Amino acid sequence: MSKVVVVTSGKGGVGKTTTSASFATGLAMRGHKTAVIDFDVGLRNLDLIMGCERRVVYDFVNVINGEANLKQALIRDKAHDNLFILPASQTRDKDAFTTEGVGKVIDELRESFDYIICDSPAGIEKGAMMALYFADEALIVTNPEVSSVRDSDRILGILGAKSKRAEEGLEPIKEHLVITRYSAARVASGEMLSIEDIQELLGIDLLGVIPESGAVLQASNAGVPVVRDEVSNSGQAYQDLISRFLGEDLPMRFLDTEKKGFLKRIFGT
Amino acid sequence: MSILDYLTRNRKKTASVAKERLQLILSREHATSNGPDYLPALQKELLAVVSKYTHIDLDDIKINLEKDGDCEILELNIALPEAENKVA
Repeated sequence: MSKVVVVTSGKGGVGKTTTSASFATGLAMRGHKTAVIDFDVGLRNLDLIMGCERRVVYDFVNVINGEANLKQALIRDKAHDNLFILPASQTRDKDAFTTEGVGKVIDELRESFDYIICDSPAGIEKGAMMALYFADEALIVTNPEVSSVRDSDRILGILGAKSKRAEEGLEPIKEHLVITRYSAARVASGEMLSIEDIQELLGIDLLGVIPESGAVLQASNAGVPVVRDEVSNSGQAYQDLISRFLGEDLPMRFLDTEKKGFLKRIFGT
Repeated sequence: MSILDYLTRNRKKTASVAKERLQLILSREHATSNGPDYLPALQKELLAVVSKYTHIDLDDIKINLEKDGDCEILELNIALPEAENKVA
């Protein structure tokens, strides 16, 4: 039984594409046949984060319009042969998306993939609505910051009202909270919303917390999803997140502040 | 607690300010987004009708839709200006 998972947030720049790339790669690393789709028509970026930008020939819109078939457009990941990327079009506009067209592509992917990850664009326009419409589950990517939390709340409302599952009265989309760019030290000093605060405000289950880390930028520089950086906190936090998604019960890590030295005790942080 | 923290501790932590602001705005947004789309229009038309007889502002009309099981209750609250009340 295949699963469609949307990675969404409402707000831009919170880590949707980073999360989509790492989530899809992590699932493939564990042997699941996975496809990851970029829904950000006009501003494609998933190909860069996945490191396959030079191998893009056809895109999602070409497939919808029948100018290429799915097999031609899917790019096989170099490191994992059960991972495929469907890039967004860089030139068309979002009107190319129709519910029927996107639905047909998703249905075809469902036939041969275990997981279909939909990387949503920011905002609540056509591309974002299409990315979440067919979802079975959703990762809500949220930064510990007021505008991100409010936008996540708005997206949760849309998932519960405008998705296919909501319209057809099926079992609701399973929602998972993913907190990114988390800084334990800043939470401890009272200048950042805590995990508990965000959970209380949004009222959904926490799937993972990704600590703020330079490794994410370095991974995007190199075009290698950060989940493959097994040394970094972020990479390990994504691995944990995937384990939890697949049903393992793991405690959250990297939430402690570092022990304070003598000078820090006197002068604070 | 460090000495610096001690000196600055009467300043309210910004994270708790953020949480309070979010709690308020989210509950307000939930209240309006769950209601039907015609509530703002209804409010404006009510204002037009009441304004024929007395002077009130849009803020004086409070519309609230509550769900109680299968039953939906439309609560309407119009605050009339004090002077008018005395005449009446």
